[in-house]
This record gives sequence, structure tokens and C-alpha cells, in this order.
Amino acid sequence: MIAELGLAALWLAAALAALQLVAGVLGLTVRGASLGDAVRPVAIVQGLLALLAFACLVYVFAVTDLSVKLVALNSHSMKPLIYKIAGTWGNHEGSMLLWVTVMGLGGGFVALVERRLPERTMLATLAGQAFVSLGFYGFLLIASNPFERLSPVPAEGNGLNPLLQDLGLAFHPPTLYLGYVGLSIAFSFAIGALVTREVGPAFARAMRPWVLGAWIFLTIGITAGSYWAYYELGWGGWWFWDPVENASLMPWLAATALLHSVSVLASRDALRAWTIMLGVIAFSMSMIGTFLVRSGILTSVHAFAVDPQRGTFILVLLAIYIGGALALFGLRAGTVAEGERFAPVSREAALVFNNVMLCAILGIVLFGTLYPLLAEAMGAKVSVGPPYFNPMSALFAVPMLVVLMVGPLLRWRRDTFARVGRLLVIPAMLVIAAGILVVVIGGAPLLPFIGLVLAAGLAWASVLPLKGRNLRRVPLPVWGMVIAHFGIAVSLFGMSSESAFSIEKLVALRAGEVTQVGPWDVKLDSVEPVAGPNWTALEARLLVRYGDDGKVTQMLPQARGFWAPPQQTSESALLTRWNGQLYTVLGGEAPAARQAGDRWQLRLWWKPFAPLIWGGGLLIALGGVLALLGRAAADLKRISVKDKIASRRERQGR
Amino acid sequence: MKRLLLLSVAIALAAPALAQEAQSTAPYAYRQLADAAQEARAQRLMETLRCLQCQGQSIADSDAPIAGAMRSLVRERIARGEQPEAIRQWLIERYGDYVSYAPQLTGLTWPLFALPVVLALVAFLLLRRRFTRRKSA
Repeated sequence: MIAELGLAALWLAAALAALQLVAGVLGLTVRGASLGDAVRPVAIVQGLLALLAFACLVYVFAVTDLSVKLVALNSHSMKPLIYKIAGTWGNHEGSMLLWVTVMGLGGGFVALVERRLPERTMLATLAGQAFVSLGFYGFLLIASNPFERLSPVPAEGNGLNPLLQDLGLAFHPPTLYLGYVGLSIAFSFAIGALVTREVGPAFARAMRPWVLGAWIFLTIGITAGSYWAYYELGWGGWWFWDPVENASLMPWLAATALLHSVSVLASRDALRAWTIMLGVIAFSMSMIGTFLVRSGILTSVHAFAVDPQRGTFILVLLAIYIGGALALFGLRAGTVAEGERFAPVSREAALVFNNVMLCAILGIVLFGTLYPLLAEAMGAKVSVGPPYFNPMSALFAVPMLVVLMVGPLLRWRRDTFARVGRLLVIPAMLVIAAGILVVVIGGAPLLPFIGLVLAAGLAWASVLPLKGRNLRRVPLPVWGMVIAHFGIAVSLFGMSSESAFSIEKLVALRAGEVTQVGPWDVKLDSVEPVAGPNWTALEARLLVRYGDDGKVTQMLPQARGFWAPPQQTSESALLTRWNGQLYTVLGGEAPAARQAGDRWQLRLWWKPFAPLIWGGGLLIALGGVLALLGRAAADLKRISVKDKIASRRERQGR
Repeated sequence: MKRLLLLSVAIALAAPALAQEAQSTAPYAYRQLADAAQEARAQRLMETLRCLQCQGQSIADSDAPIAGAMRSLVRERIARGEQPEAIRQWLIERYGDYVSYAPQLTGLTWPLFALPVVLALVAFLLLRRRFTRRKSA
């Protein structure tokens, strides 16, 4: 019953999206103007209906209604409730439903609150949003109905991939989806502005919170996903340049570029066409990411859906939306005036440089991700991995980071290096000092070396915009910028330090034996069996000590065996200190534990400053949150002032 | 008694993990080379070789048996004094280009290496056009 309710809600939502599209388009014409009034309410109700459908799906998962095919295929009655609920979006249909739900709610929210733009632009924007939603509703209802029933009802479900039974991963996809879909709204704004040719600061200010919000969620999603891979896969790697990771990185790169160019548009009325273009690209990357992950065209650790038929459907949707948007852009871009000019040494110029470099990195990642598919189509299998992506992206990332030290210090429109040169003496000295220090302590490979020295300079340079200002009067968005840029330095330092200085130790120990890894003493105390709700495990009790006189701490890595579906996972145990992380794994393949007199395979890593990778990522997101709060507060203030002026005028007029 | 039962279940579930032959045919799957410099060289190479069974993971990041066998092979050959690139070539001859995460420059993969040059050129032209036009205006 609940499943049918959900399906009905989904059909109604799709019908309303169609109405929203038609009413929005007709509302733009003279004769259909009266229809325009319907668009906003329809958008809101459409979002609520999608939410109802999603709530129904969560419900059937929570109660493990096995007569629903999706539940039977992906869930199991003996699973903790939290993973039953998370299982709702841990599969293809559920995640697509989550996608349209977030998209519907986003559109509804825009319809509810956004009043700054001319109504015609809003109609075009909401019609664009409905157009995109409609494709995804069609995809769900025709090619992947999440509410399909199963007869006869099976006695038990298939279970959820144990790798996914983890809190980090339970909330990783929704976070990314919020980001993807936030970009869909930026995309709709771009379409709306192209249709009505009204591109300017007001448009940028309306679009900016959505870009910022999406970017925050993408940042958090990528950071969380990286940390999940780090502790769950059990080998200490945190970025694999896996196609699925790249699928989330590409929208982030585009959103980062868009975020900066939309700021230029909002404050300086420059870069009009470029901002629109990035708005189109950013959401295109989201859709390509979803296509890559969901179509099964890639087989990787993350890809759960293997179904080329659906892939074709999404490919057609991609062609319609991206092709359509680019065609519209091609037709209209010429008529969108270029906007204000600026000198080669100016804040705008630095931001343009940042944009171009980010797009070049995006190009590298996109091409490197798709090339193996292309090569396979030509009949040869090749792999493109870290040895390609690392140096090639660094080629553009390094100049960008250098400009990042200078850019925020420059003035708008026109500036001279002479003015800011003085400020940069300390960062430059830090770069040199860091270089000497790294060489003294034993050197590092080239890329981590560059990362370490740049991180040192950037950490200082990133806080320079606060210099000489009254800190209590610095606007929130400036704080946001400073913290986000500082976060980049922190994260870069963590990444470089992890790559350059990690110490690995693979050992087979008997209970009671001690080994060393870096500054740590690790003693294998005992190995005991333990049981969880749907797994059993061997759990090693490690007693670890930092240095000779450190406190003894207990760590409990496990080798888990799940039975539904049957699969082995290693649960690493991590111990964090201010200067790094000790990473311990009880080997999944302990060779001959019994034969060799109970020797247990341990994998140990000491990773200096590794946690800063994700700490930096969170700082970057925090910077975004501060900027968003600052902008929202300013908007609210402006609205209330406007209201006051209006009401005063009214009183005086009478 | 209950604990004993649990232990036997846990070991039974880990049974494939305890396979003996893995031990004899791939002695260095989970054992490092004694020489730190050699081990570092082996590690760098392993990180750039693809686990053929798991996809999306290097052999340095995988529990799959084939990854263990390849790790052992890499370590043994490094210990014998072979150059990492020679080992890579040997693996490519046996398993194809797919096994190497570092694409080799061939008739098929040259666009990968041309791309950064093209991007740098486009970036340069884009930036130059933007700023020279300003001067002439």
C-alpha cells in the first residue's frame, strides 16, 4: 500500500513538473502571461510530492517490506536500522529517487524565496528546472521504478554490500547529491538568464548562494568519501583517481571555478558569458558523473549498478540537456555583453587565471577518465591512473596555487605588484625555508616536495587579507575566503606529508610479540573472535605506545566476515595524534595462522600529518559556510531595509 | 563453549584467507623486502600497477589473491636487482597495457600526452586575448 502511494506521488510529481514546464514557457509569452502565476505554487507542490515518494521508499526499507523488489534485492531483515534506511539510497533506483527529490525540493525552495530577479527570468529558470526534472522522472518511472513489486515474496533479502555498511558511507551519497542538485539550480538560473538575456550582478547574487551551497556539500562529500576509502578499504590509500572519485571531483572543480567567477560577476559585473558557461558546465559534470557511476559503464570498487540499458537512457538525457544548453549558449552568448574590463594585474585577472587553470585540470580529469572507454571502443584496454593524473594536474594546479598567494591581496580593476610585493616577502621566505627543511630531513619526491613548500607559503599568504584590518569588522565572506584558502594549505600539507613520509610495516606476529613502525611500538596482545549483528570477526588487541615513554593505548582492528552477502572486510583501527595517524589492519589473508604457530598478519602504517588532509577539506567547507552565512545575512538585511522603506513611504504617502 | 563456537565460525569464514598455497607461491605478498631502498622502489612500482581482478585499485591496495601474487613477483624481481621499468614492461607484455596505471606513449595513447600541451596553449591564448584586447581598446 505504502509502495503504491509512493509510486502515485511520483507520477503526480512528474505530471506537475510537466505543468511547471508548460506554464513557465507559456508564461513568458504575452497571451499566456496569466499562467505564470501558477509556476511557483506548482514547483513547491512538485517538490513536496517527490519528498512524499522518497519518504515512502524509506519506509518500505525501514520495515524491510520484501514484496518490494528493490528492498528484496538490496536489504536484509537482520541489519541495523540505520543501514536499512541508508540502504534506500545505496542502490540505483533509490539514489535516482533521492536525486529527483532533492532537485524538486531545491526548485520548490527557489520558487518560495527568490524574489530579487525579474519575474520573467524566474519563470524561465523554473521552467528549466522542471525540464531537467522531467527527464529524471521519466527515467525513474520508465526505466527504473523503485516501487516495483515482487511475486512471490522472498523469505529473505539479498543484503547490502558490507563495504557500504558504514556510517561514513551511509551519508556520503546524499551529501554529494545535494551538491550535484544545487548545481542543477545554478544551471537553471543560467538557462533562465540566457533565455531572457538578463545577466548581471542581480542575477549573480541570486545564483551565488546555490553555487556556494552546492560547493559546500560537494566539498564535504568528497572529503568524507576520501576518508571512507581511507579507513574502510584497509590499505591506507585516500585517493585512487578512481573514475567514481573523479566523477565527484569534476563537478567540484567546475563549481569552484563558477564560485569565483560568480563573485566577480556579483561585485564587478564582469565575466558574464564565462559565468553562464561555467554554470552549464558544472551541472553537465554532475550529470556526467551520475551517468558514469550509474550506467555501469565503469566497473570499479564503487559502481553498484550494472545495466547498460539504463546507461543509454541517461546518455540520451545527457545529450538533450548538455547539448541543448550549449546550443542555447551558442545562440545567445553573442548577445550577452562582455561586461566590465580590467587590467592584467588585478583581482579579476587573478580570478580569471584561477578559472582557466581549474578548467584545465577539469579537462585533464575528464579526458583521463573517459579515455580508457574510448580506447576500449577502439579495441584496446589501457589504464590511466595516479602516474598520469598526479603530474598532469599538478602542471596546472601549481601555477594556480602560486597565484592564489597573490590574488586575494590585489585590488579590483587595476593594481601593481609593487604594492603587494612587500607583503609577500614572508611567504616567499617560508617557501625557501620549507624547501631547505625538507632537504635536511631527508628529502621527498618531487610532487610532495612542491606540495610541502607551497603549503608553507600559502598558509601564511592565505591569512594576509586580514592584515591591518579590525578583525571584528571583517565581513563574514572575507573570513570565509581566508579560512577556505588556509584549508587548502592545510590539506595540501597533509597530502604531501602523507605521500612523502608514510612508513609501512607488514609483519606476522605471535601473541605477545612487539614490532616497531616509525616512532611507535606495537604489541600484539591477543586475537579474539567477536560477533556483530550480521557479521563475525577476528579482533586483534594491539597495545601501542608512542616513543619510549608514551602512554599505552589499545587498538582493535578486525577482520570481518559478513554472511549476507558473504564477504570479507578488514576494519582498520586508527589512532590519531596531533602529528599524524597510526593505521592498523589485521590482515585479511593472514597466511597460515594456525600452521605457523598462531602468527597473525598485521599491516601497520605511521602516516605523519595525514588527518590534515580531511581537516583541511573541512576547513575549506567551513569557509564556504561562513561565506554563505555572510551573504544570506546581507540579503536578509537588505530585504528588511527595503520593507521598512516601503512601509515608511506608504505611511508618508497617506 | 560459545566462544569456541564463535572462533570456529570466524575461522571458517576466513578460510579462503588461510589458503596454504598463497603462502608457498607468493612469499612476498604480505612481506616486505629487508632492504629499505629496494622495498621503497618496489612499493613505488606496485602503486602504479593495476590489480587485474578488482579494477580501480592498484596491487598495493588490494586483498585479492592475484594482487598478492603480483606484489610478490614485483618484490622478488626487485630483490634480484631488476629495474622497475623493466618489470613493468615484462608485465605489460604478459597482461597488456591494462596492467599499468602509467599509460605508455603509443599510437593509441598519444592524445593523453598531447592534451596537457593543448590545454596549456588554449589557456595561454585565452588569457592573452583577454588582456591584449583590453590594451588595444
